[in-house]
Amino acid sequence: MKPFAANRVVWRVLALAAVPLLVVFLPRAFDDYFNFKLAFVGIYFIAIIGLNILTGYNGQISLGHGAFLAFGAYTTAILNVNYGVGLYWTIPVAGIVTGLFGFAFGFPALRLSGVYLALATFGLAVSIPLVAKRFEGFTGGGQGLRIDPLPSSPIGALSDNQWFSYLTWSVAAVMFGLAWLLLRGGLGRAFRAVRDAPIASVSSGISLSRYKTLAFGIAAAYAGVAGALQAIAVAFVNPDTFPVSLSILLLTGAVVGGLGSLEGMLFGAVFIQFAPDWGSHLSKQIHYNQATVQSTVFYGLILLAVLFLMPGGAATLLHQLGHALKRLRGWLYSRADSRATA
Amino acid sequence: MTEFFQYVVVGLANGGVYATLALALVLIHRATGIVNFAQGEMGMFCTFIAWTLITHHGVPYWGAFFLTLLIAFFGGAATYKVVIQPLSRTGELTVVMATIALLIILNGLAGWIWAPDVKFLRSPSPFPPGDHFDVGGVIVNKQDLTVIVISLICVALVFLFFRFTRLGLQMRASAVGPATSRLLGIRVAMMLGIGWGMAAMLSAVSGMLAASQLELDPNFMLIVLTYAFAAAVLGGIDSPVGSVVGAFIIGIGISLLSGYASSFLGTELQLPLSLAVLMLVLVVRPAGLFGQVVVRRV
Amino acid sequence: MALLELEKVEARYGPIRALHGVSLSVEEGQAVSLLGANGAGKTTTLRSISGTVRSTGDIAFASKRIAGRAPESIARLGIAHVPEGRGVYAELTVWENVLLGGSVRRERRAIKRDAEAALAHFPRIDSRRKQQAGTLSGGEQQMLALARALVARPRLLMLDEPSLGLAPTAVQEFYRVVRHLNQEQGLTVLVVEQNARIALASTQHAYVLEVGRVAMSGPSDELSRDEGVRASYLGY
Repeated sequence: MKPFAANRVVWRVLALAAVPLLVVFLPRAFDDYFNFKLAFVGIYFIAIIGLNILTGYNGQISLGHGAFLAFGAYTTAILNVNYGVGLYWTIPVAGIVTGLFGFAFGFPALRLSGVYLALATFGLAVSIPLVAKRFEGFTGGGQGLRIDPLPSSPIGALSDNQWFSYLTWSVAAVMFGLAWLLLRGGLGRAFRAVRDAPIASVSSGISLSRYKTLAFGIAAAYAGVAGALQAIAVAFVNPDTFPVSLSILLLTGAVVGGLGSLEGMLFGAVFIQFAPDWGSHLSKQIHYNQATVQSTVFYGLILLAVLFLMPGGAATLLHQLGHALKRLRGWLYSRADSRATA
Repeated sequence: MTEFFQYVVVGLANGGVYATLALALVLIHRATGIVNFAQGEMGMFCTFIAWTLITHHGVPYWGAFFLTLLIAFFGGAATYKVVIQPLSRTGELTVVMATIALLIILNGLAGWIWAPDVKFLRSPSPFPPGDHFDVGGVIVNKQDLTVIVISLICVALVFLFFRFTRLGLQMRASAVGPATSRLLGIRVAMMLGIGWGMAAMLSAVSGMLAASQLELDPNFMLIVLTYAFAAAVLGGIDSPVGSVVGAFIIGIGISLLSGYASSFLGTELQLPLSLAVLMLVLVVRPAGLFGQVVVRRV
Repeated sequence: MALLELEKVEARYGPIRALHGVSLSVEEGQAVSLLGANGAGKTTTLRSISGTVRSTGDIAFASKRIAGRAPESIARLGIAHVPEGRGVYAELTVWENVLLGGSVRRERRAIKRDAEAALAHFPRIDSRRKQQAGTLSGGEQQMLALARALVARPRLLMLDEPSLGLAPTAVQEFYRVVRHLNQEQGLTVLVVEQNARIALASTQHAYVLEVGRVAMSGPSDELSRDEGVRASYLGY
């Protein structure tokens, strides 16, 4: 049973490599609209990696992640429309600026936890669109801002959506790698220590305030990048793009993917993008009173099913799959052994 | 000065709506340790049921009112038994997510069953809409007064129940010490189910009161939930008294704000500002006005 | 037939096995002590009986098999378990705590009368009825827990380490009441104790647990006089 440890690494590398391969080939295989959706999966992926770091690794529940997306999107829009900054440059800027905003939000949030923090973040999610609506001069108010359309692909032969899909996933890959590196070492351990045993952490010299605000900052930065990409995708930003339901959607995606698991976020992002579609699809099949069943009902039922059947999210499923394969391999080996000795 | 009292009266009426829902939230939090995000939608759904009873089945108002409360009770208890209890084993966050799922489902169901066109539920008040008292220049709408009275009655009944009845005592015990309660022979799971049933009843009251002031559509309780949540947190998430007081404070506060500062704030900033003020209060008193900071001995 | 009989009871906390086959019995009207060092399995034994911890093996109470039942239903059969740490409701008043002891019964007036009678045993807390139970001292809380248990009119009273954290005079007072209840009122008692001396002085029979098994058993006075037993098992 010895080569097992090596096998596991190989297995993981293969799984992770499959993703970029899929990402490279899928856009070519499918139509333009699918690429648009694929890009959004990438956007959500980036966003919920950030949420995962905050809620999963650091234990601070956030119902306001959408607010940070809005912040990033508006940063892009304002830079582009009011100051003529090139679209690509706005992405990192949006990330940094939103990160700073999140970091700042982390300070008052230090005093709150659990229910209280949930309310505070919820309040943030509710407030940002309203504030955007109010300060028209800056943000274009209820009308929103029109952004430059995406410049066409520098690589010929690619449609706009295909190019955007590649762009988004490249950024996603970079951010995933960044998160992985950040969480591997001391930072990840410190985050988890703060989540699991705050009192013990303090007595071990881990500054709660530093790590908690840092977590907010990082999460916000990720959301900012995602928001910037979203703004570019739609070429338009207005307050209605970021309702509270977006924050809820992101949280459900993170939970479905499996809090505490980076790879799980891939499933979470797929869920966010496609589950409502499945819901709509199902709803079209069923009629009552000549009205179609609201797709949200199915979305909610699917979510409930996931909570009952896979409480740890997709990550646990992967885990269990891994275990099952382990046992299968062990069984096969022992069969082989017994045949050899027989 | 009459203006001030005017706003206060209106604020009290809104406060009554928030108070009943906030009390429901506190009930659930004390019993099961989580915030039930679907509390508002449960109230909304029951309000639609009341509307159906009145409009399609010709049930008189008060008959429908109490029948709805009964339905709410069993609905709430069933929700606990079927959804919440099984998931409690897997963790708090899962249960909270489940309430969010319920919010989504109930909202969608309501939109589907009762098509989205706007409906109206009449006020519990036996007086016609315009009818009012004139108290020294302050116009006190009889409808608002009815809302205030009904909400206060409900709140009072809940308090009396928990303070003076045997069942209420057992429920309180189950909430603060479930393990010990089981050793005393109390069926804790049943107590929690009853708690959820009662909370659902309170939500239904809140919904029916709110519907008399707002229009009846699937989303109408979302803003009520937000303010009720804020009220519960302001008062201290485990304090029934606190949440009711908090609700009236918020009701009056918003009314005053929108009355005096409307030009500056516009309608958009009402909610953000109230929440910002709430956050400030929490920074000073992290457990809310009446909450008790849990001191943990290490 | 003994009131309580345990036969080869095993219990575990996750992967850790705490009881490796405990067999003991308690006759009606008897006071029995369960002794042993820390971690020997005494508390786990009580928890297995009251249903708080799942166990395998046979547990019979009044000829009924109770292993595997929920704690609420076991309590309703007449077993009152006063847990380690007393389990007093700190936020509720003394009176409310005592009243809750009657949760297994229905007759309100009789429960109130019994609550009064139970408090009469403990004048020190009787005078503090309206106070929050959390403000009582350790010894007073222990008495409150006992008073509460009595209101249930149990057939078997189980006490888990009542002397823990109590001043010596409080311990003496507490056990005086226990002895009275057992000897004068015939209440069956099973006591888990680390303070072996007072436990042996207050009971008729004793079991000594060691690493999840019964290492010794016998009449309390014999065990307390046997020097060898005292040195190896009881620490004095």
